[in-house]
Amino acid sequence: MKGFLAVYLRELLIMWHRLPRMVLSFSVSPVLYLVAFGLGLGKHITIHGRPYLEFLIPGLVAASSMMQGFGINVEINVARFYMRVFEEIQAAPVSNLAYVLGEILAGVSRAFLSVSIILFITALARVSFSYGPAFWAGVFLNSFIFAALGVTSAMLIKSHADQALVSNFIITPMAFLGGTFFPVGNMPGPVQIILKTLPLTHASRLIRQAAYGQKILWNDLGILVALAGASLLLAYWSVDKARD
Amino acid sequence: MMAVEVKDLRKSYNGFEALKGISFHLEKGEIFALLGPNGAGKTTTIRILCGLTRPGGGQAFFFGMDIFKNPLKAKKLAGLVPQALNLDLDLTVWENLLIHGLLFGLSLQEIKEQGQSLMEFSGLRARLHHKVRTLSGGMRRRVLITRALLHRPRILFLDEPTVGLDPHIRRKLWGLIKRIQQQGTTILLTTHYIEEAEFLANRVAFIDNGTLVIVDKPQNLTSRLGKYAVDIVQEDGLETKYFPDRQSAEDFILSRRETGTTVTLRRVNLEDAFVYFTGKRV
Repeated sequence: MKGFLAVYLRELLIMWHRLPRMVLSFSVSPVLYLVAFGLGLGKHITIHGRPYLEFLIPGLVAASSMMQGFGINVEINVARFYMRVFEEIQAAPVSNLAYVLGEILAGVSRAFLSVSIILFITALARVSFSYGPAFWAGVFLNSFIFAALGVTSAMLIKSHADQALVSNFIITPMAFLGGTFFPVGNMPGPVQIILKTLPLTHASRLIRQAAYGQKILWNDLGILVALAGASLLLAYWSVDKARD
Repeated sequence: MMAVEVKDLRKSYNGFEALKGISFHLEKGEIFALLGPNGAGKTTTIRILCGLTRPGGGQAFFFGMDIFKNPLKAKKLAGLVPQALNLDLDLTVWENLLIHGLLFGLSLQEIKEQGQSLMEFSGLRARLHHKVRTLSGGMRRRVLITRALLHRPRILFLDEPTVGLDPHIRRKLWGLIKRIQQQGTTILLTTHYIEEAEFLANRVAFIDNGTLVIVDKPQNLTSRLGKYAVDIVQEDGLETKYFPDRQSAEDFILSRRETGTTVTLRRVNLEDAFVYFTGKRV
């Protein structure tokens, strides 16, 4: 338990020391998307009878929780390749599970910080949503899955440069195609099938539905829970593999 | 009971044999130095014993406990000062100690008490709340050692602890390491500084090319060659001759006077022994 706490506390302390910079950097993308797509391009667009901004914001919440959850990989990489602090953790009597859970929770915390910033900006834009348990469950599960994938990728890559490849080929396309900016249902049938395999598609649908105050999409929730379990196992395996 | 016992330890990386089955032991409370050139297998040995690298074969025990069967228990007994600084530069010294203490299962109270006393011990009390990034290389090295001692390890692994430090700081650290030993800690030290092994170690093991060549007390290793050495500068390098006493060495120098070659008389040191036993320089 203390091992898990130590791993998590370390990441929190790093976040604390960088908080002003992180808040600024986490604000840039959502503000740009809201201005460009919400106020600019989407001003005269409605989706399912709602203004585009109301469609976009829950999607941004999902995409942002994904990116910031996955972003824990950058911290792990710095700890592994630059600071070499990962070896300090490996030399400690801390189980792989405690390490993985500590890092995932740190990724989830980053995600919640970024979502809070988006919701603050949303409040300033006078757009209101329902923030019930299903909304937060969606944010939690989505950031958990991607934080676990972030841990996995950080353990499997061999250098900083490889990390950019993972982000460019997996995370960025998913941010655009996983139901953030448009309904997946608008895409041609075969493309829809592919997009429905993405965790973000289920997360953005669940979060959007919850934000609208509509009934919980149990199917999406179940898929996210299953993916969270699978990604946890994957992260655990990758940490064990990283020992050499 | 032996503090550390290593039996036939092996490790290969992609077909390259980094360790070819080395065996040695550490008595409780001694400083044991692994001396060898870069790539000899020193760091691999420490990494395996600290659980950072999987062994390819063999066994290792801390106070009789199989460390490969009980890795988490074994890690509690060991402290590691790695060759590369692995502190969180953007955190304060105290925050680095706090994280380490929690990683090793200490309570907050224990971390505070032990941390303050160790910072006093290492002369860094005033720097406790400074960011590591603001400290000098020597101070960072002392923080590393302090951190490794925080959970009161019974065995301390020092991997090239003074590499890259100036001679003044190096000697300060030697004093610190001796004081740690005096408190009962068993220490395994790797180094390629001959004088470091000579000054600190109770016993020295020469390691070369993944093989342990010989293990003995430094004075035993050097006395096998003699007490005095004469270096003779030759066209193709340096030749060294060993003598049991000063008189015979001086007689030899006198006999070479006519040849006009440059010769130097000095005491036999551990490097001579290393060259003698391995055929290489450290």
